Amino acid sequence: MSEKDIFVLGIETSCDETAAAIVKNGREIVANVVASQMESHQRFGGVVPEIASRHHVEQITLVLEETMKQANMDVSEIDAIAVTEGPGLVGALLIGVNAAKALAFAHRIPLVGVHHIAGHIYANQLVQDMKFPLLALVVSGGHTELIYMKEHGVFEVIGETRDDAAGEAYDKVARALQLPYPGGPHIDRLAKQGKPTIDLPRAWLEEGSYDFSFSGLKSAVINTLHNAKQRGETILPEDMAASFQTSVVEVLVGKTIQAAAHYDVKQILLAGGVAANEGLRTQLQKQVEQLPEVELVIPPLSLCTDNAAMIAAAGTVLFQQGKRATMALNANPSLLL
Amino acid sequence: MKVLAIDTSTFVMGIAVVDGQVVKGEIITNLKKNHSIRVMPAIESLLQECDMSPKEIERIVVAKGPGSYTGVRIGVTIAKTLAWTLNIPLVGVSSLEVMAASAKYFQGLVVPLMDARRGQIYTGLYKVEGDCVQSIVADQVILATEWANELKAYNEPILLVGNDSSLHEATFVETLDRVQVAPATLHNPRPSELAWLGINREPEDIHTFVPNYIRLAEAEANWLARQKERTEC
Ligand SMILES: [Zn+2]
Repeated sequence: MSEKDIFVLGIETSCDETAAAIVKNGREIVANVVASQMESHQRFGGVVPEIASRHHVEQITLVLEETMKQANMDVSEIDAIAVTEGPGLVGALLIGVNAAKALAFAHRIPLVGVHHIAGHIYANQLVQDMKFPLLALVVSGGHTELIYMKEHGVFEVIGETRDDAAGEAYDKVARALQLPYPGGPHIDRLAKQGKPTIDLPRAWLEEGSYDFSFSGLKSAVINTLHNAKQRGETILPEDMAASFQTSVVEVLVGKTIQAAAHYDVKQILLAGGVAANEGLRTQLQKQVEQLPEVELVIPPLSLCTDNAAMIAAAGTVLFQQGKRATMALNANPSLLL
Repeated sequence: MKVLAIDTSTFVMGIAVVDGQVVKGEIITNLKKNHSIRVMPAIESLLQECDMSPKEIERIVVAKGPGSYTGVRIGVTIAKTLAWTLNIPLVGVSSLEVMAASAKYFQGLVVPLMDARRGQIYTGLYKVEGDCVQSIVADQVILATEWANELKAYNEPILLVGNDSSLHEATFVETLDRVQVAPATLHNPRPSELAWLGINREPEDIHTFVPNYIRLAEAEANWLARQKERTEC
């Protein structure tokens, strides 16, 4: 009985990707489908919740069908369904949650609700075994969190942003530099061409705090650009991008290394869309060398951005731990980890 | 044929199981409670009461809007997913048409309505004769005052149906001579009527089926307006 393979169907609709995936034994991707709405939201310079919800309804059964086709499986062969119940945009989450409930009901399959960030962390499990205790740095458009895990399924948020998420700061600075949405990749690219010559603040906050704050930095960028313009001076966008990125990365990596040493972890995991940022990856790799006992795991880019394989991977662990949701499962936009 | 009908387009939640000519069961509530929490448990318990397994359902009929964007989406998502995974036909019926169907035996024209804020309503014009619900004017969003004026052109008694009727009653009574509001017991759309309306109708393509929102998303409407301005300049 214990030798039987476990297949979990994951569903993720918390923001602007409609995604479904099947993962075997929590580690092996059998199928992974992501329908992105990015192009539709680009004209608005950000994700519009009502439009995201509308796209999810258009896509949901198509994405499910494509997933089952890729896996060459029938829904009835699935052992559990894992769905993102929060946090995220409530209207968007509702599509995934209700589709998951309908599937679970139709085939009498156990249902598990998954926290989106738990999903991001468990994306690493699809690459390498997790070793505890571990520290996860989760950075995305909506999140900047340091999470300590002493075992599977147990999450302790030891640091989080007090204002903007790192990805949000990237988008806002990109807008100030007149770069297209989403701004992260553009700033990362420009930063490589420029030099961090502009003096920008680093928000370390109180001694020993693992929290983050990026709104001051964002304002400093906007003010510096504004003042330069008033004085008729030009600031190279490349240099501003490099200076901004250096400030963000220094704080993110600095706090992660401090926390990793303090909590004596075996692994550091990088998760979330901003994990695609090359500046961050490179610095983190370099700094982790200070801690020879610590292993750094960074999933491939396709697993850093929102996807359902990560939800299925996290859901598998929760399912094995006996967690179950009822037909009353709801979307919870401010779900705590 | 065993039909499951789902309507979550307003505060009214309606679930029905119809088997051939027989309405086996209905659940109707008119509460300001969360549909997402309550719809699937309601479907589960109604099927259980009817001794029916999900796999016995042969057709799904869903109210496709207009109505609350989120509300309609919950019903449509559940309906699409069930129809897809059970491999059965899916039919969408106008949420206003279902409301109009409550007014059977009314001699005249039926105006179902839902409040759409800022003086506007979602409404249409229907004629109900026996089991036949005929659309005279297509579903639309319109100012209640404007709609009342347009209805002057019809020389027939008019019945307002829907829980929001009382909000706009005065507007219609001021403008029209022969208008009345349906009694309270007819305001909640009946999911069995929904099942009935959809039982013989041509099924939708499940994947491409979407709610009939009537209105564009606000951001989309603003964006289109800006594009238009730009081309005019
Ligand atoms: Zn995410």
